[in-house]
Amino acid sequence: MRILVIAEHDNQTLKPATLSTLAAAAELGSNITLLVAGHQCQAVADQAAQVSVVTKVLLADNRACANQLAENVAKLVLGLAEGYSHILAPSTTTGKNLLPRVAALLGVNQLSDISAVVSADTFKRPIYAGNAIATVQSSDPVKVITVRGTAFDAVAATGGSATIETVSADCDVKQSCFVGEELASSDRPELTAARVVVSGGRGMGNGENFELLYNVADKLGAAVGASRAAVDAGFVPNDMQVGQTGKMVAPELYIAVGISGAIQHLAGMKDSKIIVAINKDEEAPIFQVADYGLVADLFEVIPELEQKL
Amino acid sequence: MKILVAVKRVIDYNVKVRVKSDQSDVDLANVKMALNPFCEIAVEQAVRLKEAGQADEIVVVSVGSKSCEEQLRTALALGADRAIRIDTEDGPDSLSVARLLAEVARTEQPGLVLLGKQAIDSDNNQTGQMLAALLDWPQGTFACAMTVTDEGVEVTREVDGGMQTVALTQPAIVTTDLRLNEPRYASLPNIMKAKRKPLAVIEPAALGVTVASHIRLLSVEPPAGREAGIKVGSVDELVDKLKNDAKVI
Repeated sequence: MRILVIAEHDNQTLKPATLSTLAAAAELGSNITLLVAGHQCQAVADQAAQVSVVTKVLLADNRACANQLAENVAKLVLGLAEGYSHILAPSTTTGKNLLPRVAALLGVNQLSDISAVVSADTFKRPIYAGNAIATVQSSDPVKVITVRGTAFDAVAATGGSATIETVSADCDVKQSCFVGEELASSDRPELTAARVVVSGGRGMGNGENFELLYNVADKLGAAVGASRAAVDAGFVPNDMQVGQTGKMVAPELYIAVGISGAIQHLAGMKDSKIIVAINKDEEAPIFQVADYGLVADLFEVIPELEQKL
Repeated sequence: MKILVAVKRVIDYNVKVRVKSDQSDVDLANVKMALNPFCEIAVEQAVRLKEAGQADEIVVVSVGSKSCEEQLRTALALGADRAIRIDTEDGPDSLSVARLLAEVARTEQPGLVLLGKQAIDSDNNQTGQMLAALLDWPQGTFACAMTVTDEGVEVTREVDGGMQTVALTQPAIVTTDLRLNEPRYASLPNIMKAKRKPLAVIEPAALGVTVASHIRLLSVEPPAGREAGIKVGSVDELVDKLKNDAKVI
């Protein structure tokens, strides 16, 4: 059994999602190759080689892979796929964009967003926004899989000493090109990797009021998220959205402020260890999943909370 | 330019999903079904492109049993011109769906294929990408904005860190995210008109595709339950619980 994992990175650093995906891979077998496809990304390959469970790193360094365009990277992966029984990628927007394309080129299905490995061909995955967990078995010759990061504990980023092999990456299919990006920059931890997440919903009223949450977050070293309602209302940008169609988070502490708790939001955060809900509506469904609920006006208690932390 | 829109019939997003007592699947008996919300956004986008004079025909296609004609009629009422149903049992795997859609695209030769980024039942998020691969066309997934240009189509994508814009050659596949547009409601006259719009039914064999399911559903279980905890009376009590009971701060 040979396993190929596709690394998530920004040409400089290996993203934590890769380490969770490697944890799923390690449950399948021990012969694990990590593909670093990018441009001027030697530093990522060096980090990849340090990761505990990795046997070999493949480095594909080419301008065509600089922005992870699916058309190009899928062609690259197709060229490398022979001999692998499993191909895995994190269930991030990059992985979700790329991997189904790889699967179709290989003529197989994809198992999306798995949350557990049962055996080499059987996996668990959430369906219906996490309201049901399906156990599915694939009879395809190659299992192509995206992995839900919050469902697997990251493997150690150090302690390994894999070899790095350079592979040719001539894969520019010239169908797409990168125009630009607007990425949020923040000194706070990344949402999906944070130990504590503070999220705001429609109850925040406007974008300026999120400042209250940033203050609390900074005391806790937390990331700040939002419900879809808050994003749709234009309070905050979409990359902060937690939920079925946004990000999946499972921090040790999740503080939901002014969030009613639609099932689509719960789908993204209900695996958190401790959930705190602060809402003035005591009937809000969020209280049904919260370990600690505080029925109060957030504009009174959030400044108080900040003070007392 | 012709636009092909692929749509799926799914459980209505407001319905609470229940797992069958024998855990064989979720219970869809007597449950309200609807057009997948992301597919609705794809139809709306096609209609807007036509209204802007950038498209001249919208063909909507769905794969499934006769019941999904209801959703095709909904798409026709929203503004699609004609519909195609590929007659299969419900629940073929994503690759089979993509193969069927690829054959339809080869026949229809659209400049653009629009699909929802995922269906809210299986939450797979695959079909658009697979279709792009099979046709060897570029893909703009998770679109929150798109502009049809002389050279192709420019798509702004919702990605984990923010937004990314890519330029694609045509023909292209675009999958829609929630913020691309807000779908309209079908008016009563348009619902009546939709009943008379053409709806063709095609057998998979006529497209040369064998519908398969290489993914077998072994069982479905409800997610691990989460008990409601306690209500605290004050911020002090909350901080105390978090520090001393939960020990998370």
